[in-house]
Amino acid sequence: MAMNIKRHYSLLLAMLLFTCSSPLWGATLYTGKGQPYPTIKTALDASRNGDTIIVKKGMYREGNLVVDKSICLLGVDMPVLDGELKYEILSVKSNDVTIKGFQLQHSGRATMSDPGAIKVYDAKNVLIEGNVLMDNYFGVYLQYATHCIVKNNFITASQKEEHESGNGIHCWKGDSLQIIGNRIAGHRDGIYFEFVTHSVIWRNISHHNLRYGLHFMFSNDDAYITNYFKNNGAGVAVMFTKRVTMMNNTFEENWGDAAYGLLFKELTDCYLSGNKFLRNTTGIFFDGSNRITIEHNTFRANGWGMRMQANCMDNIIKENNFIGNTFDVTTNGSLTLNHFSENYWDKYQGYDLDKDKTGDVPFHPLSLYAVIVEKNPPAMLLYQSFMVNLLDKSEKIMPSLTPENFVDNTPRMIPYKL
Amino acid sequence: MIRILKYVALDILKTKIVIAYTIMLALFSWSAFSLEDNAAKGLVTVLNIVLLTVPLVSVLFATIYVYNSTEFIELLLSHPVKRSMIWKALFTGLSLSMTVAYIVGIGIPLLIFTDPGTALIMIISGSLLSVIFVAIAFLASILTRDKAKGIGISIMLWLYFALLFDGLVLFLFFQFSDYPIEKPIVILSALSPVDLCRILMLLRLDVSAMMGYTGAIFQHFFGNNWGLLLSFTLLTLWVVVPFYFSLRKFNKRDL
Repeated sequence: MAMNIKRHYSLLLAMLLFTCSSPLWGATLYTGKGQPYPTIKTALDASRNGDTIIVKKGMYREGNLVVDKSICLLGVDMPVLDGELKYEILSVKSNDVTIKGFQLQHSGRATMSDPGAIKVYDAKNVLIEGNVLMDNYFGVYLQYATHCIVKNNFITASQKEEHESGNGIHCWKGDSLQIIGNRIAGHRDGIYFEFVTHSVIWRNISHHNLRYGLHFMFSNDDAYITNYFKNNGAGVAVMFTKRVTMMNNTFEENWGDAAYGLLFKELTDCYLSGNKFLRNTTGIFFDGSNRITIEHNTFRANGWGMRMQANCMDNIIKENNFIGNTFDVTTNGSLTLNHFSENYWDKYQGYDLDKDKTGDVPFHPLSLYAVIVEKNPPAMLLYQSFMVNLLDKSEKIMPSLTPENFVDNTPRMIPYKL
Repeated sequence: MIRILKYVALDILKTKIVIAYTIMLALFSWSAFSLEDNAAKGLVTVLNIVLLTVPLVSVLFATIYVYNSTEFIELLLSHPVKRSMIWKALFTGLSLSMTVAYIVGIGIPLLIFTDPGTALIMIISGSLLSVIFVAIAFLASILTRDKAKGIGISIMLWLYFALLFDGLVLFLFFQFSDYPIEKPIVILSALSPVDLCRILMLLRLDVSAMMGYTGAIFQHFFGNNWGLLLSFTLLTLWVVVPFYFSLRKFNKRDL
């Protein structure tokens, strides 16, 4: 028996040695002033698959660097790679590449080739971690990439116009990507997903971007969790997509005529939970979106909590908090095929005689004035006018103009602790 | 002028109504701010009080006061005092007492509970609203000798500005919703002092983003400092014009 275990151990040891072998046998190439390789380019040319290039502190202006071998590129004390506003800085064209600890700045600007500070072409297992990207056109650009990780990068830009600016993290046609813990500001879109599947966006902060904090197009089966989106030009947009999970995100202060906390367009079979919508013009805007479950979210101090166009159906909105919004929910039609239940509405004025924490009279979240404003946006001019408040009160008592079935039959008496 | 003003002020103080009014306003606003869980909500409540009660009390109290002081005015006219001086002193006395009541009653809690900019705009616009409705009361009371009729006119004017006008605007929205009516509506709303005050506050509450195109026009029109100046000028005009007409009528009138 003891023999047996010993043999197992030796086998395990041999396997371990074997799996670790390639990094162990790879060479380490030092780059920098007074080092064996003065430029990164010479080091790249001399390297082979599995090597590590260590780049010492300094300023490197080497134009476009193509990484076409499976190597690990490590920066010591944040060496600066400068694109001089002309070049794409790093082009990754090989699998199994790691880029860590660099400051990449001033990438070229061109609308035809879309240069990025780091652009990955058709590769897998690329890790981009702990870099600082400043004032680039595109920050990290993943094209046909799979199983890549973009982690803990700090990405900023300072362009003023949308057309002069690229996206912070741009993913086009990919699968199994992980975007984790990045901080993005000042780009066109903070994070952009198009045709990306089975990917996760986790713990990122995206703020003060010119257009969207996060932009989803045709990207099925993804999840974004615990991200923070603040003060982006138009908030966050999720469009033409199926089966997206959105949890514990915060959407804050996306304020403006065409800004939405979260914009849903042609979205189906999604799940939202634990998100916070604070001080947006519109918390969530629904357009042609079906079968979405929205639970345990908080809508606080928004202009509109939710605007649900009449072309949406079978959405389930339950157990959310609606607190201090100018309008909780509005719609633009009379037909409603969505289900509201067990939400807390701070505008609810009913009572709870049997003390089961559920109000005994149904709540109609759609006010007459909300309907008027939806049809006639300038009527917002009469907000808080006595006449309008009066009309609202009488409509509450005897609903005649607002849709009958737009109702929460089981409103909560006390807010959920979310 | 100063001596007449002193008599008027003392007389108003003697009636104690203004003091009661001050206490009422203070009670309203303190309770609004301490009952609501956030200051913005309290502000909206106070805004509603200001837009409804301040004009009503100002217009009614001033109208009745002017009618009651007919004998006092006649007495003064027998003295070597300029006619316009009497009317002006009466107006100043009444406006001052209404404004002071407003500032003490609502201004103090505003300054405590909200940010200084918002409080200042609300205090200025509310004070102007008080004075505007005193001026309207002067016009109403000079139009007719009949007290009941005069008070009736005052109440009608208050009803018109506080309630009916918004209804009319809403009606116009519906009737002309197919046309680009944003600009005319913005101009139209400047024709009611109550609406002008409300909209000034709305811009502070930042709901202009919810108004779409109109909001943009509005922000453009009233949002900047020039707009603020413009709207306060308009409000001042609402004081000057009714009072000027009442003064002209008073000067010519055979008492």
